[in-house]
Amino acid sequence: MTEPDNLSTYVLRLADDAMVLGQRISEWTSNSPNLEEDIANSNVALDYLGRARMLYAYAATMLNTTEDDLAFMRDARQYTNLLMHELPKGDYAFSTVRQFFIDSFDVLYFEQLIHSGDAQLAAIAAKTFKECQYHVRRSRDLMVRLGDGTDESNSRMQTALDELWGYRHELFMDDELETELQQQGVAITRADLQPKWDAAIQDCLTEATLSIPEADWTVSGGRAGVHSEHLGHMLDDMQCLHRSHPGVTW
Amino acid sequence: MSESTLVLFEVFVRSNRGLDHQHVGSVYASDHEQALVNARDVYIRRGEGVSIWVVKTTDIVASQESDVDTFYDPMDDKAYRHAMSYPMPEGVKNI
Amino acid sequence: MNDLVPELDNFQQKIDDEQRIEPKDWMPEKYRLNLIRQMSQHAHSEVIGMQPEGNWISSAPSLYRKIVLLSKVQDEAGHGLYLYSATETLGITRAEMNARLQSGESKYASIFNYPSLTWADVGAIGWLVDGAAIVNQVSLQRTSYGPYARAMIRICKEESFHQRQGYDIMVKLAEGSPAQREMAQDAINRWWWPSLMMFGPHDSDSVNSQQSMKWKIKRQSNDELRQKFVDQTVQQCEILKLELPDPDLRWNEERQHYDFGEIDWDEFYQVIKGNGHCNRDRIKHHVKAHKEGAWVREAMTAYAGKKAQRKDAA
Repeated sequence: MTEPDNLSTYVLRLADDAMVLGQRISEWTSNSPNLEEDIANSNVALDYLGRARMLYAYAATMLNTTEDDLAFMRDARQYTNLLMHELPKGDYAFSTVRQFFIDSFDVLYFEQLIHSGDAQLAAIAAKTFKECQYHVRRSRDLMVRLGDGTDESNSRMQTALDELWGYRHELFMDDELETELQQQGVAITRADLQPKWDAAIQDCLTEATLSIPEADWTVSGGRAGVHSEHLGHMLDDMQCLHRSHPGVTW
Repeated sequence: MSESTLVLFEVFVRSNRGLDHQHVGSVYASDHEQALVNARDVYIRRGEGVSIWVVKTTDIVASQESDVDTFYDPMDDKAYRHAMSYPMPEGVKNI
Repeated sequence: MNDLVPELDNFQQKIDDEQRIEPKDWMPEKYRLNLIRQMSQHAHSEVIGMQPEGNWISSAPSLYRKIVLLSKVQDEAGHGLYLYSATETLGITRAEMNARLQSGESKYASIFNYPSLTWADVGAIGWLVDGAAIVNQVSLQRTSYGPYARAMIRICKEESFHQRQGYDIMVKLAEGSPAQREMAQDAINRWWWPSLMMFGPHDSDSVNSQQSMKWKIKRQSNDELRQKFVDQTVQQCEILKLELPDPDLRWNEERQHYDFGEIDWDEFYQVIKGNGHCNRDRIKHHVKAHKEGAWVREAMTAYAGKKAQRKDAA
């Protein structure tokens, strides 16, 4: 494997985001509230995993390795996804709020990334943006239905909001590497997207009769490989079979 | 059982521009908007459609089999409505 | 007796003429109940069948395999839904069918009570279990009840990918390392006989068969379909250079079919009766997801109610 440079590191970050969340969403398959939701969740998971593959494959060409090596042979400390993506699926409220937060971010992010100076990234972004538009339509719709549904659903949704609220900051943090890439016209400035994101969330929460959590807090570290305790266990399950038969074809 | 409170919708899909919508099955949803989203996820997983209709199952009024005699049979004897009842002279083209 | 009920003559005539029966048509109550039993069992099998393979989505050995498996398991949910939809046209709701599944009143294919122990099981299930299911489903595309036949046509169109992805897994394992080959052979050893059992008891012992054939709910007998499956599978297994676990399996020139050994019917009935590894797990899993989803379904309904009220008030 070649030593990673800025671009390949950046692509890996986006790939890890998609991989880890795709893995989490796929945990709903055969566990959803009804068949309709089950099928919809699988669709979303497939989009994420498809995105992860495209990005890993791209990174792999730069790093002289394979998409599977990148997905299966790196440990939790080497994964650089944002923390929100890796959290266990929780109840349907938790997964819905997380999805809505990320979809609302992704739709802004990938719309911009279509203009990336890196042609490969721009092409992946174009495909991803299309998917995100559908995802956010669905997750926003669910936010409103579950927020403004029953007392129980409202309270579960509010709890999920509270539990996820502090993870949102990380979505908008630009480190040195991404700032450099941004100056080269490759990456997107995350911080610039926050006002629009805040407005979209506020707009939805009002309609969903939910409120912005009072307590704010910040956890970050995903990009540096400092994760929640959950990621390692998730990767154990995900990577075990692949790693126990080194070098074979599946 | 709580599903019974969700509503059944019949789903019709237009598989390509220029074709009729065809009945493909049904989905449960709480309202039309959700039915449309569910139908998209369930019935066009392979890009089988370009347009979807959803109709509440209970809103469909269907003819009964017992109506057959009065409803459809009278239409059966109008052979003159079918092109096949007009034999054309040999050699005539484009008609 | 037929003479006393003119509708029944008319109904049987339609069936004999290869016409389809449609939801609004008159049908004997027994036909309706028989269909509900068979179709809901078929739907339940798709849904419960998501579990043994679904358990491997999280640890599939490559990204490609993960995506293929996920879309396959998703298809099973879709097929379950198509079949529930078709069954609802007979005047039963999905909620009622779910309740019957969970209470044990309604069955699902007993093969899903076997555990999927290794990755090779995902291959074997796709190749053998789906392969057997397809043989049955192809035949059911001509079943006499219109909505069932149409659901089958749709399902068959989608299902051929299932068997192929399963076989493709087996090909890779068979060409792979000794450990992979061993895994593949072990999976075949465990799934072969249960796959043959999927077609049900011998025609002579099948309780529902005769009436179902007369009404053309079933188009071919259990033994005919089983033979067809054996005949097509032997060659596929030879290409893998793996073995089907049956010493009596050999080509019969006279019959132009493969002869095969006797199925262990005792095991078949034991598993149906509840003595399989996973009978309890499968239902427990289904009940758990259903219970945990109750508040979601209730919320959706409540929201739709509120929205309708607001619309009326406006």
